[in-house]
Amino acid sequence: MKTATLLIPLLPLASFIITGLLGKRYFGVKSHYLSVAAVAVSWLLSLYLIIQVERGEELHWTVYSWIAAGSFKVEIGFLVDQLTAVMLLVVSTVGFMVHVYSIGYMKGDGGYYRFFAYLNLFMFSMFMLILGNNFLMLYIFWEAVGLCSYLLISFWYTKQSAANAGTKAFLVNRVGDFGFGLGIMLIFVTVGTLSYQGVFGSVNLIGSGTLTAICLLLFMGAIGKSAQFPLHVWLPDAMEGPTPVSSLIHAATMVNAGVYMVARANPLFAGSHTAMFVVALVGTFTAIFAASIGLVQNDIKKVLAYSTISQLGYMFAALGVGAWAAGMFHLVAHGFFKGLLFLCSGSVIHALGGEQDMRKMGGLKGKIKITYWTFVIGALAISGFPGLAGFWSKDSILAGAFNSGYWYFWATGIIAAFMTAFYMFRLIFMTFHGKPRDEQAFAHAHESPWSMTGPLIVLAIPSVLIGLALGLPPEDGHIDRFLEPVFEAVKGEVHAFGALDIGLMIFSALIGLAGIGLAWLFYVKRTDLPEKVGARAGILYRLVLNKYWIDEIYFALFINPVRALGRGLWRWVDAGMIDGFANGSAKFFRGVGVVIRPAQSGKVQAYLFSMFLGLLALMAAYFILTL
Amino acid sequence: MYEFQSQIGFPILTLLTFLPAVGGLAILFMRGKPRLYKSLTLAVTGVNFLLSLVLIAYFDRYSAEMQFVEKAPWISSLGISYHMAVDGISVLLIMLTALLSLIIVPASWNYIKDREMQFFAAFLFLETGMIGVFCARDLFLFYVFWEIMLIPMYFIIGVWGGPRRIYAAIKFFLFTFAGSLLMLIAIVAIAYLARANQYATPVFDMDLLEKATFSYSVQIFAFLAFFIAFAVKVPMWPLHTWLPDAHVEAPTAGSVILAGVMLKVGGYGMLRLCIPLFPDAVVAIAPYILVLSLIAIVYGALVSLVQKDLKKLVAYSSVSHMGFVTAGIFALNVIGIEGGIMVMFSHGLLTGALFLMVGFMYERLHTREIADMGGLAGPFPVMAGFLLFFTLASLGLPGLSGFVGEFLSLMGLFTYNKAMAAVASIGIILAAAYLLWMFQRVMFTGLRDDKWYKFPDFSLREMASLLPLGFLAIWAGVYPNTFLQLIQPSATRITEKIAPYLADHGGAIERLFASLGGLF
Repeated sequence: MKTATLLIPLLPLASFIITGLLGKRYFGVKSHYLSVAAVAVSWLLSLYLIIQVERGEELHWTVYSWIAAGSFKVEIGFLVDQLTAVMLLVVSTVGFMVHVYSIGYMKGDGGYYRFFAYLNLFMFSMFMLILGNNFLMLYIFWEAVGLCSYLLISFWYTKQSAANAGTKAFLVNRVGDFGFGLGIMLIFVTVGTLSYQGVFGSVNLIGSGTLTAICLLLFMGAIGKSAQFPLHVWLPDAMEGPTPVSSLIHAATMVNAGVYMVARANPLFAGSHTAMFVVALVGTFTAIFAASIGLVQNDIKKVLAYSTISQLGYMFAALGVGAWAAGMFHLVAHGFFKGLLFLCSGSVIHALGGEQDMRKMGGLKGKIKITYWTFVIGALAISGFPGLAGFWSKDSILAGAFNSGYWYFWATGIIAAFMTAFYMFRLIFMTFHGKPRDEQAFAHAHESPWSMTGPLIVLAIPSVLIGLALGLPPEDGHIDRFLEPVFEAVKGEVHAFGALDIGLMIFSALIGLAGIGLAWLFYVKRTDLPEKVGARAGILYRLVLNKYWIDEIYFALFINPVRALGRGLWRWVDAGMIDGFANGSAKFFRGVGVVIRPAQSGKVQAYLFSMFLGLLALMAAYFILTL
Repeated sequence: MYEFQSQIGFPILTLLTFLPAVGGLAILFMRGKPRLYKSLTLAVTGVNFLLSLVLIAYFDRYSAEMQFVEKAPWISSLGISYHMAVDGISVLLIMLTALLSLIIVPASWNYIKDREMQFFAAFLFLETGMIGVFCARDLFLFYVFWEIMLIPMYFIIGVWGGPRRIYAAIKFFLFTFAGSLLMLIAIVAIAYLARANQYATPVFDMDLLEKATFSYSVQIFAFLAFFIAFAVKVPMWPLHTWLPDAHVEAPTAGSVILAGVMLKVGGYGMLRLCIPLFPDAVVAIAPYILVLSLIAIVYGALVSLVQKDLKKLVAYSSVSHMGFVTAGIFALNVIGIEGGIMVMFSHGLLTGALFLMVGFMYERLHTREIADMGGLAGPFPVMAGFLLFFTLASLGLPGLSGFVGEFLSLMGLFTYNKAMAAVASIGIILAAAYLLWMFQRVMFTGLRDDKWYKFPDFSLREMASLLPLGFLAIWAGVYPNTFLQLIQPSATRITEKIAPYLADHGGAIERLFASLGGLF
């Protein structure tokens, strides 16, 4: 088990180093061989680990002492338990599929080797993030996946928008990490260790105020990484990156890190009612907030991006109301179907030669059949169509919210679910149905190669089945029982599944169907309606269309003032005050020099005389001092 | 009379210190033979670097004692002796000095057109001064090396610098010299005060001075005098304005040494003299110094953000990074002190590398204006890779050297005062802002000028000068214990000196920040 655990991250790391150094010169169009092979093996080893955990094994292994400074000691070590296994399943599977997909998608790109090297580096970092056994490792690889995200968002660096998006992503995440870092320090100062085991073992020793502070600071990091309001602004821009990246990093894996963090730190969060409420509140608000923006986006990837933000909100809502397993369940299901949806959108973009604007699509249903059907499966799954993955996972979240007594979280979740179904099928109908709006692009459209459609089909399978496999019966499915040891400390009273639950389930299924129906009405049946409604909604429509002007607000409130402050300090304080003072005193001494210049007359007798005076003065001083 | 106790059979510290000066003298007789004197410089700095590795190898890293002690009487009537010895902090900084001194030789191989011989000689004398400062255990000797260091640097900026070199050199000299004078007064004062009734002569020996006790008011004044001298070097806000000018005008090699070593001399002095000699004063004044450090961190970062000249940007970033050094040191606990030292080490590597890169870029582009660059990753992919690496390391990406120091420094500060650590953490956000924004404007987006495709990417010589720095940056990031072990006993010893005085601190600023910390 140790060897497998070690190899899972190290294989992609080795491949990153080799491909990164030698790829350009020696590998060229074959750069993916090593890269894909490494991830494939990591995937197999992950499955092996999951089976081991399923059999009841765990791994706690300290590899080496990383930092030891005074009383501050941190190790590099691994922890493999049920939670790790669940994360491994998503990360390795989607990661492997995205690697395969990229062979087709990135074909012919000038930076082909670079792309695969970065992807490998990401896999290494993400694996280490979920395998680590302490908070500092979480932080390190949290930043490392952020780096990979940065590199891959600005992959096409000659585009100004891509370069901006990369920098923005890194910076917004740093704002979140500001809190995360302080949270870690507070943990250390409070309990004197950073290992999960040590910290969770001493939860009882932490004062309640400190515990809330720790949780909120940590959660600030999660808000950044998982793109929750108000730090969600980087994720839509991150769509500048190649689509496989959006699928892997910005939908299925990295953005889940925040959810993973809260789930991992469940003994801490569960101890603070305030923190839990904040998590639920931020999650629920983000769920509906992002969904509302998704309603009016015209860029196919942007719709999916806002959808991701919204779905991550659901996960936090689940954790916040104490439905821990439901949150993780949705993470898994979402990882598969959102990964699938992004890859499908990539296939559409590929088919249309790079077009992302849905207003220029339409009627593609018959031309790219595999993409269409897998896309529909993904859309149904996320819309909560009965039986599919999202139905079970979303329903267990909503049920959790309802049963925990937060009816307003439940109601918000229901409205967001309605919006989700609507915008997803708006996307499907605009893209695949109706008449082609751009004849030329339509004429050239073609189905993607097998390397791309293969992963679509593979990922469609769990999108359909994983709910049935893991989530039945609701709230007591396989995943609930599997994760039980992880959430042992926070287990609430067992909730009996009853008639009310079935009623809620039917209700939320109907809500999803209603959303699909409305989308059909708007974008298939009466295509004149959207414009009319938009005109009627007036300010409300402009509000969502402009994403609530959050970016503009940030520029006005933070970015521009900070730059102005920097400029002001440089011009006025540095050049004006400090140098002004220094140069002023230089001038003063020059003035003094003019006055005393006659002293340096060059006449020896004058010098002798002043030396004599000086000697007298010194003697006088000595005499007085020794009195 | 001359005695030395050493783990190896020869006086390695004297050798390390004076070999460069001997080489520098020899060079002065090689007029007109550029290949010869360049090779000799390379050989001398190379041997010195190997010697520094020998020093580390034989250094007993589990001992807090001063090691490789060499003693000889010098001006006995005044109690001045030639006393050299090192601890873990010195050893680490000596290695850094020797490495950077070696690296700048190939980097300046074709760079200097005028008075080349004197240029290389100046660097060798400079190396003697720097290493001497890190070895000296006698205050007078320390001061001598301190001044030896100042003079070659003054000429390096003033003779081989850019268009405003005279202004920059004089500014550098005046700021530094004003500090030196204060220090000299303080040195003489405490040497005489320590004599008291115990000794026959004034006391310059640091071993003896550490045992002496000074009255509180003497401590305050002497501390401030030393502190200002060192703060100019660091440089701490508001004594930093000589730095951007000096850096912009200095030749590449000068900037590398200035940022890589000379700034560290300031931090080193604080650790070596300010804290052990005046522990009572330190505890009282530390909160104010921490406030200055916080200002430096945030202020330096904000000003970096708006720089248009690449070299000036790196220079101002030094003000911010060195703020973490003083913040860590004056948190007055082992974690913070080790963090401060690690930031010094890491900053030496990374800023050294960044200045080298700016120099290499200037040799091709003949500009340092960020606005003239853009899209350089196209014609210069290797350059882009190196710049990305050092940029990321500099903004504190975990796994590279910058992170370890900054995190420990913050951790130490957090232990001391939570609100202060929160303010300092803003610097980490801002560091990412100014560095990534710089990188984006230099390397990303469209290429300004297609002619740059005609210029070659980094040569082997250029890569060879950057690779050792990158290698050490990774080492210190992945396995920092190698370096932390080296400094741990010394850091612990320093904190033990302050420990008795720590109980009764709590000035106005302390209380202010403590109440802010209550928000957590």
